[in-house]
Amino acid sequence: MIWAVLLPFIMAMFIPFVDKWRERIHTGFFVTIIPILIFIYFARFLGTGFEPLTRSYSWIPSLDINMVFHLDGLSLLFVLLISGIGALVAFYSIYYLDKSEQLGHFYVYFLLFMGSMLGVVLSDNVFVLYSFWEFTSLSSFLLIGFWNFKKESRYGALKSMLITVFGGLSLLGALVFMTVLTDTTSIQEMISQKQLILNSEYFPLILALLLLGAFTKSAQFPFHIWLPDAMEAPTPVSAYLHSATMVKAGIYLVARYSPMLSSSDWFFIIVSSVGIVTLCWGSYMAVRQVDLKGILAFSTISQLGMIMAMLGFGTKVAVFAAVFHILNHATFKGSLFMVAGIVDHETGTRDIRKLGGLMTYLPITATLAIFGTFSMAGVPLPFLNGFYSKELFFDASLHLEDIANAGFIGVLKTALPYLAVFGSIFTFVYSMYFFFGTFRGKANLSELPKKPHEAPVGMLVSPIILVLGVILIGLFPGMVNEPFIAHAASAVKGLAVSKEVYFWHGFLYPPLIMSITVLVFGTVLYLSRKQWAPVYRAIPGVLSMNKVYDGLVDRLETYSSRVTKAYMNGSIGRYVRLVLAAILIVTFAFMALTGGFTVDLSNVAPLSLPEIFVAITMVIAAVSTILTNNRITAILILGVVGYGLSMLFVLFRAPDLALTQLIVETVTVALFLLVFYHLPKLRKKEEAASTRFLNLVISIGFGAMMTMVAISAHSSKFFESISSYFLENSYKLGGGDNVVNVILVDFRGLDTLFEIVVLGIAAMAIYGLIKLPGKKEDQ
Amino acid sequence: MEILMAILAGILFTTGIYNLLQKQLLRIIIGTGLISHGAHLFILTMGELKRGAPPILTEGVETYTDPLPQALILTSIVISFGVTSLLLVLAYRAAQVNGTDNMEQMRGNDYE
Repeated sequence: MIWAVLLPFIMAMFIPFVDKWRERIHTGFFVTIIPILIFIYFARFLGTGFEPLTRSYSWIPSLDINMVFHLDGLSLLFVLLISGIGALVAFYSIYYLDKSEQLGHFYVYFLLFMGSMLGVVLSDNVFVLYSFWEFTSLSSFLLIGFWNFKKESRYGALKSMLITVFGGLSLLGALVFMTVLTDTTSIQEMISQKQLILNSEYFPLILALLLLGAFTKSAQFPFHIWLPDAMEAPTPVSAYLHSATMVKAGIYLVARYSPMLSSSDWFFIIVSSVGIVTLCWGSYMAVRQVDLKGILAFSTISQLGMIMAMLGFGTKVAVFAAVFHILNHATFKGSLFMVAGIVDHETGTRDIRKLGGLMTYLPITATLAIFGTFSMAGVPLPFLNGFYSKELFFDASLHLEDIANAGFIGVLKTALPYLAVFGSIFTFVYSMYFFFGTFRGKANLSELPKKPHEAPVGMLVSPIILVLGVILIGLFPGMVNEPFIAHAASAVKGLAVSKEVYFWHGFLYPPLIMSITVLVFGTVLYLSRKQWAPVYRAIPGVLSMNKVYDGLVDRLETYSSRVTKAYMNGSIGRYVRLVLAAILIVTFAFMALTGGFTVDLSNVAPLSLPEIFVAITMVIAAVSTILTNNRITAILILGVVGYGLSMLFVLFRAPDLALTQLIVETVTVALFLLVFYHLPKLRKKEEAASTRFLNLVISIGFGAMMTMVAISAHSSKFFESISSYFLENSYKLGGGDNVVNVILVDFRGLDTLFEIVVLGIAAMAIYGLIKLPGKKEDQ
Repeated sequence: MEILMAILAGILFTTGIYNLLQKQLLRIIIGTGLISHGAHLFILTMGELKRGAPPILTEGVETYTDPLPQALILTSIVISFGVTSLLLVLAYRAAQVNGTDNMEQMRGNDYE
């Protein structure tokens, strides 16, 4: 099974070589073979006697992350959809994409996507699932931005990337939580330990994160906004990713985890209400679109909402209908995207306001469209599969006996059938609009960029196969029911689910009455659509999620740049102030919180007059460096401080220090005197009073902090110094009487080595600074 | 005595930081000089002050001052000398090339 997943990735590596022969043979032919092989491989598992099977391949055993693939009914449904529609789309793209396009890039992305999608639906290991999940986001990003010279493509690609990756990361959070709780990385084992997760205090968080991942990927309200913008991708991509496969990854995830999550009331509340809102909003918005692919995008959103709602219901009928509709939606939506692509290809435009009356020019395409749209609308005809799943949907919304009646759930339960009918009315309207707006009415050939004529046969093959699927499933629903859908539904429900699908249940069957209501109201609304156009100008207006998204992205950019500009103004003084203030706050806070400040006077040396005298001199000198405005005075009194320090070293019995300090201070003062002549004169203080006050506060605070740290450190010594060792062994091991010097060159000689290096580097740098010509001198 | 020295080190830090926060290069370098003096005094105070003879082994002396902080300070003095002299030459160079010693005027342009 691993080879089935890896095959597209491996073949993607060979595409650039095959692409060299594109003048003779279109690259797409090589690509089409791959999904066909995969389809044949998985089709062998079809049949009533199907049993789930698992294969594992070791990857990172130490972290319990392995390539474990689990093929059950749900996975089988998805792999067949992915490979089957993948083959049709690849074949369609041969005729859709001209040889002058960057075919190599296209098919590499396409195969990467197919492989990762197969990985998503087959993985049993949560981290492998997540890896493939992000891979689909990535390859989808590349495919949406395929025509990267267009601004809209780049915008759409970025938008889908941001939203789906946001959801992907939430999903990772949920998966990590569940892994930690159950101590396994296998989805099947997690589900078998579902009580652990359901009773955990983190359960609300897990549910929220997991559903966030599923809702963003499957374009549920309010994360649906990336899907209409993803229509900038080439049409085969829209047909494949944005109708049949990737947008169903979220559905797959919810279905996969529903044996675990569906016992929670919150799962019902969130998933059903989000699904039903998406259904209504998507179908309402679809009527408003003028772009054929725009209509289909919103229609996809709305249909996904319907599937999501049914998964939320969680009853046997609902789950069966959801799985059935996944299959049905993939067939008719795929064909409709291809129809839209043909119309675009043959007339040069997708704007429905310019189109019309194409029936006589594109008779085959029109025939295909009529099946697709009527099936999408759920028109009660016995040869359309969309009707069955829609009727099952109505049935499911009416039969929620398993669900409690209390509080909000009760209200939601009562409202669901009405909302379902409401959404379906608009579904009917946009389906009719799609078909009649494009193919009926008066042809306006002068406005079309190209003179329309029927598409080449190759382009028609794929939609014909899909429409045949629509009709065959419509005529013989039992054909896919037992060997296929029942297994998938059982996998979702966790127990055997089988449902006979019939066309006719009698006149008094409530779902049929609902379907007829939809039909009647839909027809009335479609015919009177010009009259209620003003409603559309009013309703999405402020509610548009696109505005929220654009505003959010805009604001994030402006605010973050404003924040950066606020503190990064290029002034060194400000950065130093910030750093010092941070040190002050942290140190004082720690001292206050831990009671770190202690004074212990039991072990202090007695005061004596010479030290006090030197100290007072140093204080006066140090303060004068601030007060003086004469540079030579400043330098000399800095010298006073240095010499004072060496006096202190003498008094504290540190002869080597005193010596070094004396020499260093002398050389430093000499250096200052050398340089000062070339520096501009010291000026009076130029800062504003407030800045000066702030500087004063910071410096006094810092001095106080150092004093307090010194006193506390002195007052709380816990260990004896290790110096006794040096004193004892200085002569014995080092052969010297001067302990400080023995430490410097013998015990801790490495310090000295690098101190010499520092001096050497400084000397070389100074030489370089003086000798090398500057920028100004070059010019 | 340690308390007094701690206060002195604190004052050296205060004046050093105040100078560091000024705009003129020369004042900033003076500030760093004062801060390193403060730090050296700080290290010395951390050991024990005035407990015995200088750490040079002599017959008949039992207690010496702590030699380890002295060794550390000696290293530090040399390093800060190296850095200060580099800083001075850098300041000289910067003032010469840019024609100003005001840090606020040495910001570069917005895109750097």
